[in-house]
Amino acid sequence: MTVEQVLFYLFAVGAIAGCSGVVLSRNPINSAVSLVAAFFFLAGNYVLLHANFMAIVQILVYAGAIMVLFLFVLMLLNQRDEELGPRKVSIAPLLGMFAAAVVSVSIGAGFMSYRNATANFPTDVPLSFGTAEQIGRSLMTTHLLPFELVSLLLLIGIVSAVVVAKRRL
Amino acid sequence: MSLTLEHYLLLSAALFTIGAVGLVTRRNVIVLFMCVEIMLNAANLALIAFSRFHLVADGQMFAFTVMAVAAAEAGIGLAIMVNIFRHKKSLLVDDLNVFKN
Repeated sequence: MTVEQVLFYLFAVGAIAGCSGVVLSRNPINSAVSLVAAFFFLAGNYVLLHANFMAIVQILVYAGAIMVLFLFVLMLLNQRDEELGPRKVSIAPLLGMFAAAVVSVSIGAGFMSYRNATANFPTDVPLSFGTAEQIGRSLMTTHLLPFELVSLLLLIGIVSAVVVAKRRL
Repeated sequence: MSLTLEHYLLLSAALFTIGAVGLVTRRNVIVLFMCVEIMLNAANLALIAFSRFHLVADGQMFAFTVMAVAAAEAGIGLAIMVNIFRHKKSLLVDDLNVFKN
């Protein structure tokens, strides 16, 4: 096994374990912390895919900003143990197994039908691939309209978050 | 045997499945939100893997946009949740049945 493969399996197992922790742990704070760990492992996978800028953005935006917001709200609301719901056994896990089977089979079938999924990655990656310079250039030329739309969306997001969270207008 | 696109796609499918299962089994609204984030990240991983496979950076641009949308969604969604908790004193989906009857 090469170093790349060892790292891939390490990051993959870490990401799957972190995401499982989100679903399995009872306390939402534990869920949030294991989701942060999963995001770090995913960032490692992005580095393996030569997407260095996306890896940094993943850590800064997801693990840094979004999850801090989640933890902030969780600690603001500070739910006690009885507010986390009854510890009852329900039909939900069975439903979950069924959903898991349906979703994984359909996604797997979709991906496997992709004609050359088992082909190796091209080895001659240009040095500029996935750098901040390439992404920035692309954002300012080819993808200028989506970039501006996203900035508009974020502005709407800021305003509406304030409007919704205010006690009264 | 080296790493192929298949490895990353299977990891992406596994993460998406975990997120979907969490979405139907958990009852806390904030945890449901985190499951949505997991599913978005699984989609991002597939996009970036395809971008690396074809050596076209447009996939990373899509992933970048998804991240920005997820940030806006988290901001608004958490504001709504704070408001719901203020009115209903609960964040369990079982208690949020205002539209029933």
